[in-house]
Amino acid sequence: MKSRFFRRSLAARIAAFPPSPRRAPKLMPTRPVFLTLWQIKLPLSGVVSILHRLSGVLMVLALPVAAILLQQALRSPHEFAATAALLTSWTGKLALLLLLWSVLHHLLAGVRHLLLDLDIGLERDIARRSAKLVLIAAPLLAIAVRVAGSIRA
Amino acid sequence: MSRHASGLMAWLIQRASAVYLALLLVYLLIHFTFYAPTDHAALVAWTQHPLINGALLLGIPLLLAHAWVGIRDVLIDYIHSLALRLSLLILCAFLLITTGLWLFKAIITAEFQP
Repeated sequence: MKSRFFRRSLAARIAAFPPSPRRAPKLMPTRPVFLTLWQIKLPLSGVVSILHRLSGVLMVLALPVAAILLQQALRSPHEFAATAALLTSWTGKLALLLLLWSVLHHLLAGVRHLLLDLDIGLERDIARRSAKLVLIAAPLLAIAVRVAGSIRA
Repeated sequence: MSRHASGLMAWLIQRASAVYLALLLVYLLIHFTFYAPTDHAALVAWTQHPLINGALLLGIPLLLAHAWVGIRDVLIDYIHSLALRLSLLILCAFLLITTGLWLFKAIITAEFQP
């Protein structure tokens, strides 16, 4: 239970940048305050969490397109060929790779979050390592799936 | 803020649907990587299989619920203007419902193909 609230409050803190004048300390120098984004060090769990959200948003945006393509592919042999041609074009392949990463990152990070909810892997060391694992495994798996798929076809 | 607005039910829906979608996704990834249908007839035959049909049809409302809770949390957290947030929420709701109907229609009509 505790882990969820920690994650939530972390996301809320990131979302609250830049701090509102009411919340900011009284002795702030000049406004507006520019946050140097490359100097903010987000913990790895935070990066996983942000990318979990980003990949989710990407998939929500892709969902209507995917539904249209599925409809089209199921309608007739002619339209199946048109859909296949679209998905094997360069832009189609690139979009598929991006979506494949989204799906895999969302899946791995989601499993990690579910385990954290069950109080598994909450220790700092393990949490850091599992975060690193998710960040590295998702793009590698995405490429592996594409390669395995293209070998067959 | 979102924690108070979303409630325990949304939290539970998100987790329960996540477990089902994770299992479905792993199956779909394996199937479309190693046994991807190469023509129209194979794709239709695949969707017509009773187990696949049921799994996909059950997956649609769960996917919609999962996507809705997720996009709602994101919009509540990052879009601070009430008017813009409300507009985007309504747009997403309509888009998700339309998507669900499209998917439903695609799978149901494939059932009646020769």
